[in-house]
Amino acid sequence: MLRVCQRAADVKLLTLETTCDETAAAVVTDRLEVLGSVVASQDDLHKRFGGVVPEIASRAHLERILPVIDQALRQAGVSLAELDAVAVANTPGLAGSLLVGLVAAKALCVALDVPLVAVNHLQAHIYACRLASDEDVFPCVGLIVSGGHTSLYRCGGPLQFDLLGATTDDAAGEAFDKVASMLSLPYPGGPSIQRAAEHGDPTAYRLPRALLRDEDRLDFSFSGLKTAVRYQLVGPGRQDFAKVQLADSQVADLAASFQEAVVDCLVGKAFAALRQTGLSILCVGGGVAANTRLRQRLKEEADRRDIRLHVAPLRLCTDNAVMGAIAVERLRAGLVEDLDLDVFPGVVRKTG
Amino acid sequence: MSCFTYDAADESATATLGALLAELLPNGGTVALCGTLGAGKTRLVQAIAEAAGVDRRDVVSPSFVLIQEYQGRRPVYHLDAYRLRDEDEFLELGPDEYFDGDGITLVEWADRVENCLPKQRLEIQIEVTGPQSRRFRVTAVGARYAAVVEACQKRL
Repeated sequence: MLRVCQRAADVKLLTLETTCDETAAAVVTDRLEVLGSVVASQDDLHKRFGGVVPEIASRAHLERILPVIDQALRQAGVSLAELDAVAVANTPGLAGSLLVGLVAAKALCVALDVPLVAVNHLQAHIYACRLASDEDVFPCVGLIVSGGHTSLYRCGGPLQFDLLGATTDDAAGEAFDKVASMLSLPYPGGPSIQRAAEHGDPTAYRLPRALLRDEDRLDFSFSGLKTAVRYQLVGPGRQDFAKVQLADSQVADLAASFQEAVVDCLVGKAFAALRQTGLSILCVGGGVAANTRLRQRLKEEADRRDIRLHVAPLRLCTDNAVMGAIAVERLRAGLVEDLDLDVFPGVVRKTG
Repeated sequence: MSCFTYDAADESATATLGALLAELLPNGGTVALCGTLGAGKTRLVQAIAEAAGVDRRDVVSPSFVLIQEYQGRRPVYHLDAYRLRDEDEFLELGPDEYFDGDGITLVEWADRVENCLPKQRLEIQIEVTGPQSRRFRVTAVGARYAAVVEACQKRL
């Protein structure tokens, strides 16, 4: 049960996010105000704890989770005792990483005697659009495009998600990373491909747009595109990209052609989903939503087709805990969890 | 050391190899997959998993999440060392639980974590020979896999 607050609009939630590499915590209110937000890959934490923050391992989450929570509460000027609920993303993601966030959230709930709220990480990515907008964005088509996910959902409401289609192999962000690696561009691949593409010709190379012509199917496939770039670079047999000598203009043209192919697929399928569902609002979230060319093409297409477009602001594209404010919706709906809540690493096809 | 080379003209020939492996691999079997970006490691895993009764839609590249578990007629574990910086990071994922499990474990970018792999395993090197065609070099490491390689070669 929620504690009785002095004002109804004064409910404060701590939200935790540890689905993949980022350890993040935020303090939000039920009016969707953000009081504090910390992501452990930020510079202030690097400074505070010295050195580079390690990635991937759940042990790294374990080391970072308490300082991150502490910092978020300090930023917010909120004490633990003032929290009304704790929310945590428990699906989808890497099992070991998810567990760290979940166990931390449970411990806080027991200690503070407040409710535990479960957050679906993918729903949270779309909710980032709601947070950035002053108005309701549902029902909408939700496109989540990141290093780990490339999926289209019909979102009846903030908690009602139906999977319409997803990548059949690589996520779009993963394709960016891997093609960047082939072109000897630095990690992360998204920003470095975008930069290289600025001076390139997107029509220089003919690269495949898998499944794009199949209007009925809302899935993506980027593996063949990756292979096609590979083939442009080295042809058959050879395995070593490091020995390939490319002129800057070739790198620029390949980067631009690749980026255009990915964007064509993302935009094409998103608008096919709008046509199929008859919905007129498109929400886009996830790390790849930070790509300038994608944002530009989405906007052009939305303007042309009279679609209301919400793309998550840059700060909410990559993983963060602020988007965990979707927990407010669950709390309002009375959806709180027992303390035996588990993690669900895989993608849930239907919710709500 | 028993090994053979299989030239697949297209994806359906890759699927044939995958189906055969799904049938022949013992419980607790481990396959180490090596090959460049875009060689088709995930594609072969999809073929093996699908033949083991896993919904093909569930089998996607695990580069980001590092490990995916699929429930088919027997469990299929799909690991990916692409994003890992060293063998310690791989060991932190607890791979032994999968190697010692009763499913099939498929490791992409296995050459990056060679020292962490089971002593006995099947190694598959994938080489791109054309836009659609691939060459698979299948090698038994350890006596346990010699029979797998032999049976596989006979039936291809």
